[in-house]
Amino acid sequence: MNGAVGVPKITSLADLFAVAYRIEADAVERYELLADQMETHNNPELVAVFRDLCRAEKIHRDEIQRLAGDIDVVTHARQLPCWGRGDSPEEVDLGAAHYMMTPWHALQMALEGEKRALDFFTSVMETTEDSQVKRLAEEFAEEEAEHVNLVHRLLRRYPQPAASWSSDPDPPIAQE
Amino acid sequence: MSGLDTRLACKPADYKSDIKPIWCPGCGDYHVLMSFTRAFAELGLPPEQIVVVSGIGCSSRIPAYTNCYGFHGVHGRSLALAAGLKVTRPELTVVVASGDGDGYSIGGNHFLHACRRNIDMTYVVMDNRVYGMTKGQPSPTTEPDFDTALSPGGTGLRPFHPLVIALASGANFIARCFSGEPNATASVLVEAIRHPGFSFVEILSPCVTFRPDESEWKHLVHPAPVAATSDPGKAARRIMTDDGFNIGVLYRGDRKPYAPQVGRPSVELSELEKDFEL
Amino acid sequence: MADRQSVSIAIMGSGGAGALTAGNFLLEAASAAGWQGLLSRTVGPQIRGGEAAALLRLGTQPVECLSEKFDLVVGIDWLNAHRFGAEIQAGPQTLVISDPRGGELPPAIASAGARIFEVPFKNMAKAIPNGRANMIALGIAGRLLGLALDLLSKVIEKRLSDKGEDAIAASRAGISAGFDAAAGLDFGLRFAPPKAQSGRRWLVSGNEAAALGAVRGGIRFAAAYPITPATEILEWLAPNLAKMGGTLLQAEDELAAINMIIGASFGGTPALTATSGPGLSLMIEALGLATAAEMPIVVIDVMRSGPSTGIPTKSEQADLNIAVYGFHGDAPHLVVAPQSIGDCLFTTQWATYLAEALQTPAIVLSDQFIGQARAAIERPADVAFIGQRLKATDIAGAYKRYAAAVNGISPMAIPGTRGGQYTADGLTHTERGTPTSGEADHAAQLDKRRDKLERFNFGDHWATCEGTGDLAVITWGSLTGAAREGIEHAARDGVEASLLAPRLLSPVQPERFARALEGRKRALIVEQSHGAQFYRYLRAHYDLPDEVRVLNRPGPLPIRSSEVHRAITEWRS
Repeated sequence: MNGAVGVPKITSLADLFAVAYRIEADAVERYELLADQMETHNNPELVAVFRDLCRAEKIHRDEIQRLAGDIDVVTHARQLPCWGRGDSPEEVDLGAAHYMMTPWHALQMALEGEKRALDFFTSVMETTEDSQVKRLAEEFAEEEAEHVNLVHRLLRRYPQPAASWSSDPDPPIAQE
Repeated sequence: MSGLDTRLACKPADYKSDIKPIWCPGCGDYHVLMSFTRAFAELGLPPEQIVVVSGIGCSSRIPAYTNCYGFHGVHGRSLALAAGLKVTRPELTVVVASGDGDGYSIGGNHFLHACRRNIDMTYVVMDNRVYGMTKGQPSPTTEPDFDTALSPGGTGLRPFHPLVIALASGANFIARCFSGEPNATASVLVEAIRHPGFSFVEILSPCVTFRPDESEWKHLVHPAPVAATSDPGKAARRIMTDDGFNIGVLYRGDRKPYAPQVGRPSVELSELEKDFEL
Repeated sequence: MADRQSVSIAIMGSGGAGALTAGNFLLEAASAAGWQGLLSRTVGPQIRGGEAAALLRLGTQPVECLSEKFDLVVGIDWLNAHRFGAEIQAGPQTLVISDPRGGELPPAIASAGARIFEVPFKNMAKAIPNGRANMIALGIAGRLLGLALDLLSKVIEKRLSDKGEDAIAASRAGISAGFDAAAGLDFGLRFAPPKAQSGRRWLVSGNEAAALGAVRGGIRFAAAYPITPATEILEWLAPNLAKMGGTLLQAEDELAAINMIIGASFGGTPALTATSGPGLSLMIEALGLATAAEMPIVVIDVMRSGPSTGIPTKSEQADLNIAVYGFHGDAPHLVVAPQSIGDCLFTTQWATYLAEALQTPAIVLSDQFIGQARAAIERPADVAFIGQRLKATDIAGAYKRYAAAVNGISPMAIPGTRGGQYTADGLTHTERGTPTSGEADHAAQLDKRRDKLERFNFGDHWATCEGTGDLAVITWGSLTGAAREGIEHAARDGVEASLLAPRLLSPVQPERFARALEGRKRALIVEQSHGAQFYRYLRAHYDLPDEVRVLNRPGPLPIRSSEVHRAITEWRS
């Protein structure tokens, strides 16, 4: 997507908590969806990878909700104007999935997401005039940076797949 | 799919059924399903008040993946099913789902007349410029030089321009979305559903299996350069000259929807036979 | 030979003569006088100005078929009348009224040895300001029937009320002139004019009766695509459904029409469309969808001569195959056939009831003859059949739309019912409705859809069974009346025969059929089909007696009671 047009404006702590919550909640939803897809399409290794990623994002999400304290992040997130034109920063691109994908691919998707989230919080930190927002944004950015490192470490376990990774000797089936 | 849920459903998850889609991972339709459930949640409608009607094709599988009522009909006839349903049950929210083959080829005639009739419903066509379910034949929106087994070397035919046809036929709301922006798509769907009359939303939705080249779409789509118009002439010019990747609401009309009065009889049944009495 | 209990009249003319209008008015006046009657017509291919003949038969008993021989033939003119050929026959007893300047008598009439009485229609009409020849013809026919002049006048006043006083006056003058012209004319027949009838009388066509039957049965939505000879059903429904809180939607084609009614049915509204052969062919795919998804719908097929475009204005009984066997896959469903104009009301109402009860499509096989003919009949009795599908309400737990509950019928959740959400599907499905390719599910659903039909008690309405004798005349649809009359005439000649006319064609009723044929040693099958579709259907599904004869032919000439009579008497055991 060219340009992050229509990113919600962060004007308060509540906004930032809500956005951060939303980012993690979206990621939870997507990883769960991807895990289900991998299950339906008989790729058990990836089921495990996506369920792990989902679990991790759930922890992040719940942590944000805890940190937010009295702020009802769920409701506030729902009321925030949508991302509008752009992708949500950490949004995992479902279009990058493949039924024969390898863990390396899944982690690349995760890496993309974490990097975008990091960039987002960094930009909030750099542009906000609210000191509380700035401090929190910095915390979130640090958190995301750790996630980026974690994904890098995980990636070291998995070699880049061979060029023929997606080659399926069987043709597609016309179901109707 | 709980029968005892008495809360008003307003989370997207409440609109998803437990049935796992058969779509290939990477299919744009997963995002479209997400857009549907987000839109329904935004609208706050109980799932039992929504009916998703479809034809045949990958996109047409979507009804069963929602927790709403659904009708998976025969190829190309979803708009007719939906018309009969909506005029007799005007209080229901009717969303019709189709693909470029189901909707523009075999369903082409019904498309014209649905726009013309302007019954209040929302028509969502997931356009991937190919017949995916039957393994990769060209559809009316396929580029003329796209090589396939059924038309080697490409069809050589100019692709359909469904938004222009919708406008010419009388659709009351026309938009184009990209599946890769599910939130944006969801908000367009909300607007389309709320807009009275026949709303047409084309969603570019890449086919990962038969059109891997469509992974480029995320780089080609761009916001429409001007705001939506309610002037059909202006809309015609814009839509006829766009590059096929203008994203956004393009036209908002104000035609009165076709909605016959149904419900209460105005006479006793026995009155009708007076036609025949000597 | 003219039957003294009935009299047959033909009024013909061309080029805007108005023969059909005269026939309509004559029927109406005769009914008011107490006659029962049947009016059909035969026309040339032109849209306007073509040759046209009104064919009328009046009787003191219900009239359910026309005679081939006419007692009175009024020729306003004879232009192209030879095209009617054998459809309008005269005999030595026939009285023919002819305009000396009306062209040459058609050969079938000229050679019949009939009495010709000349009436200068053209000149007489000219002598009356705005005079019309057809009103003169009406006056003549009315006088010969013994109708009172003011009875004829009353019809004119009612039917021409929107044409203004001048038109009414001119028409009255025409009728008077005709009346006078027929003074002293001896019809040569002795018939007993009817006694004044009590009870309500109707003047109605089969198409109109079917439409009313549908509404009485609960239909509140119709989708319409015009096609001859079914369009009148839809045109009657358009305003009348609206009066009942329903609506009619004009479709862009039959493919849309059939799917629209399925959509309406899914939403809980009993729904119907009407078409003819070519339209039914288009609807077949969606009829299969309705069968598989278990959606109640009613489709009236007003059969016309086929195949393909065929003869749109003529009747035939050759859509039996497509109605019963035409769906791909194994897709049992309902097929019923009305037997007379009045029965169009009952059968369509019954079809609506059955479709809703069994959650399946019902095809009503009417035909052009009863669809477009008009009859003067006793008001049909009210019947209690009202469409009422089994609904799922108060749903607790997971809802299984297609789990066989009561004799294969499962409660249907209507959109709006909480907890009943399901996706109706033409794909083979599980009890829940989820697509499946498993053999157990497929077999279970096929069994369910077959069993629900087989276990249903259709009652005595399944067929008309009358009479005794070792010969069974087996027929269906609009030929029932002709068969009945043929049997009656054969009985007068001392030859007994019984009548068996199924109203329910699908699902078949082997036990009832066998009982109806008990003791019969011979069967005469009578049908209007070149390929003897009904005979082959009977052979496929039922045991027939050892000796079988088939009286079949295609349209356009309906099989007459005299032919059935002859077939019975000439076949001595």
